[in-house]
Amino acid sequence: MRTKAKLVTAVQIKWLLISLGAILATHALNLPLWVIGVCVLLGVWRYIAIAKPIFMPNRWLLVLLSLILGLIIVLSFKGQFGRDASLSFLVIMTALKLLETKALRDYMLCIMLGFFLVGNLFLFNQSMATFGISIAPMLLLIASLINTSLVKQNNMNNLGITKQKSTKQDALFILKFSGKLLLQSLPIMLVLFVLFPRIPGPLWGIPQDAYSGMTGLSDNLQFGNISQLTKNSSIAFRVQFQGAIPPKNQLYWRGPVLWHQEEHSWLMASDNIGLPAEHLIVSGPATHYTITLEPHNRPWLLLLDMPTNLPNNTKRTHDYSAVANEPVRSRMRYEAVSYAHYQLEANALNERESIMALQITEGENPRTRALAQTWLNLTPAQKINSALTLFREQNFIYTLRPPLLGKDPVDQFIFNTKRGFCEHYATSFVYLMRAAGLPARIVTGYQGGELNPNGNYLIVRQSDAHAWAEVWLQGQGWVRVDPTAAVSPARIEQGIGDADLERDELPLMARHDFPLLKKALLNLDTFNNGWNQWVLGYDDKKQLAFLSKMRGKTVSVTDLVVGMIVTLLAAMVATAFFVLKKTHITLNPAEKIYAQYLKKLKTIGLQLNIGEGALDFGNRVALALPPQQTLILDIAARYNALQYSQAKNAFMLTELEALTKQFKPKF
Amino acid sequence: MQTSNNAINPNHVITTNAIIKGVSQVILGKQQQIKLALSCVLAGGHLLIEDLPGMGKTTLAHTLAQVLGLEFRRAQFTSDLLPADIIGVSVFDRNTADFQFHPGPVFTNMLLADEINRATPKTQSALLEAMEEKQITVDGETHQLPSPFFVIATQNPKHHIGTFALPESQLDRFLMRISLGYPDAESERALLKNQGGRNFSSHAPAICDAETVLAMQQAVHGIHVSDHLLDYLQALIAQSRAQLNTGLSPRASLALRQCAQAWAMLEGRDFVIPEDVQAVFASVVSHRLALEKDSGQSAQQMLSQIAIR
Repeated sequence: MRTKAKLVTAVQIKWLLISLGAILATHALNLPLWVIGVCVLLGVWRYIAIAKPIFMPNRWLLVLLSLILGLIIVLSFKGQFGRDASLSFLVIMTALKLLETKALRDYMLCIMLGFFLVGNLFLFNQSMATFGISIAPMLLLIASLINTSLVKQNNMNNLGITKQKSTKQDALFILKFSGKLLLQSLPIMLVLFVLFPRIPGPLWGIPQDAYSGMTGLSDNLQFGNISQLTKNSSIAFRVQFQGAIPPKNQLYWRGPVLWHQEEHSWLMASDNIGLPAEHLIVSGPATHYTITLEPHNRPWLLLLDMPTNLPNNTKRTHDYSAVANEPVRSRMRYEAVSYAHYQLEANALNERESIMALQITEGENPRTRALAQTWLNLTPAQKINSALTLFREQNFIYTLRPPLLGKDPVDQFIFNTKRGFCEHYATSFVYLMRAAGLPARIVTGYQGGELNPNGNYLIVRQSDAHAWAEVWLQGQGWVRVDPTAAVSPARIEQGIGDADLERDELPLMARHDFPLLKKALLNLDTFNNGWNQWVLGYDDKKQLAFLSKMRGKTVSVTDLVVGMIVTLLAAMVATAFFVLKKTHITLNPAEKIYAQYLKKLKTIGLQLNIGEGALDFGNRVALALPPQQTLILDIAARYNALQYSQAKNAFMLTELEALTKQFKPKF
Repeated sequence: MQTSNNAINPNHVITTNAIIKGVSQVILGKQQQIKLALSCVLAGGHLLIEDLPGMGKTTLAHTLAQVLGLEFRRAQFTSDLLPADIIGVSVFDRNTADFQFHPGPVFTNMLLADEINRATPKTQSALLEAMEEKQITVDGETHQLPSPFFVIATQNPKHHIGTFALPESQLDRFLMRISLGYPDAESERALLKNQGGRNFSSHAPAICDAETVLAMQQAVHGIHVSDHLLDYLQALIAQSRAQLNTGLSPRASLALRQCAQAWAMLEGRDFVIPEDVQAVFASVVSHRLALEKDSGQSAQQMLSQIAIR
């Protein structure tokens, strides 16, 4: 038999609308504007339909709407069904589900979809802020569930709520209750966080477009690339040094090395396959440090010049950049050792490399070539000096807003505009060197960084992106030359915030003019760093290491899984026991006998009301069953005597038992 | 019932039945209210009868006093009644050259304070003080009131013209509040046939005396209240506190116990069962929930929400 479905009340729908509204707000940045608009419209529609159910759409209209909106999603995302499109689809379908929510079953489904949507927040961002934001919709969803269960069981009274109090007070009470539940779940969450077996690598693939928003160094250098990056104050990586932090002018974080020049751009070596690694000799003190690299969707890792060891799963290019096997798409933590004093490929330059390091495209930049031709007979050191003197003495200006360069960009830069950023100086310098016959290459990466005094670690931001040159000198190998230092020494000595720039050229975090705000932001970053290290960075390896340390002996994944299953089972058994025990009221012997008597009466449809005493009930039953009147009243009186009188004994109990056995539930 | 060591005195049962019967012959068709009034007296508390004029409030009080064989005085409360008119006054006696205390109507076993809410708050509180202390103090001299001492106060419903409503704290002094209500058709017919009513109240025979009343009051204290019943009582009180903004006070819970004991005695039982509590519940509780809108209804609600175990 099909029973009529339980319908939802207006209050339930309002709770649901508020909860889903909150979820929509938290997803606001992850959804296209039109999706948000459509959802708001659908929500308003459902709200109107609370009072006027006639506005509820019928099934065919809903099917039509779903098809149309589905089609619009496919079209607007151009058929790419990745993370963003899926979220839009899910959100719209949830909003449509609202419009057919009449029964409690649909309502519960909407709530579960709501929880799922909250979880989806973390596909976009896993910061502490996201965690904080997700609390509000969670609170509301749980409150909706509480509201429903209260209505369902009609047990508002047991919780101290009566109809006399306003709905506002009810709502407040429910919200408080929800908050309490959330807080109570906190310890369980923490235990699960620490103990739940971690699976190495992501459990499921995250769609490709999830990484579209990441920024970082590119694999080529075009005029304007780095100055764009410099306007971005997001964090590139954080560094924790063991021991003293080297001086700022030695903090060259090595990234991709660029060899190949084409009109406006410099590219990585195209034919570096099989090139032997350059020969590195280090001396002097070593610097030990740990880098936490933010995901940037590129394979390279950044290391301090010159690294001697490499993190796991990475390889070294011949020119001493470190490259991971896959693009870095999640936060990565690695330890490294570097030496400030080194000699790279000091004895002889590899033949292929020497060709690569002298390559310049024919027929471009005639004036620069002509200038370099005049230096051909100088010593390498003189060539370098000539170029640096050129930058230093000819009114070159360091700026993040260089004029656009057209054809023959190096010529234009050196002889006309004379305004540029590190990339201009580095590329022009290398171009000059190559034209003058000195092997040279461009190194991109970051320079400097900012010390966070709270955590004693260095924050390197995208705004610290930099490009410099390396020239090869016989007997010294590849030597770093930073032409930017010739133009704006402060950029290298103190950091980009001290470079002689117009104030508003730089992002807030790179500037020095709001010390208090900056301090607050640094404090926040200390927090974020902790969050990254301890919460997001708590992976399978860390978990096992932590648990092994706790336990005093090695813990394996199997131990963890078995332990988890045992714990879960134990928790379930304990819960079941608790729940069953609570509903089971211990009866005294008289009550047990009376309960059997009541059971007999129930078979003929006579039931004890709440608040009805044995005597009243006895009178009622006696009226219904006149032939057994005396027996019934006797049972009631004896039961009362057993329960309430002072004079009770075991004999009375056996008598009561005998009487109830005598009773026949028959009209 | 096979209760071997029945603590109840059979004479008391006979006496109470006779009292109820006696009063019923005057107040027709109101056995329940008469029992409530009697249980209030046996529990040693004061009774408030609230009803419209002409419903037999005074008659009930008068007849009850008559049948119980107690000394009875009546004070009609008016707006110009002074405290001294109730408790008495010291008058200078020229012969003895001293003040002589002339006791007021309060010096009796049973005082009928008719239309108590017509008097000013000052007079009301003088009476209520006497009710609480069972003694009065005039000119530094304390005078003990006779024992037993009851007040049966009658009042018209609040909204009637020319009344001073009793404040909650004073309402609380009354153990019970009852109202009589219209008689049923049969009783009204009998009344019209002159078979009951006020004329008969003076003829009703006295069935007991002050000493018996005191003894019965003592016996009420001996009525057994089991732990099981106390659980029920506590659940009811707790429910009132959860359900209403102002729940029942501990004094109310004590009153409830006493009245249930007295009711059990009227039922001829030496122990209290939940039905006894239910029978007196509304009368004991409703005037203490004066702040609530529908106190009678909420009382009924509480009873129907607490299961008996």
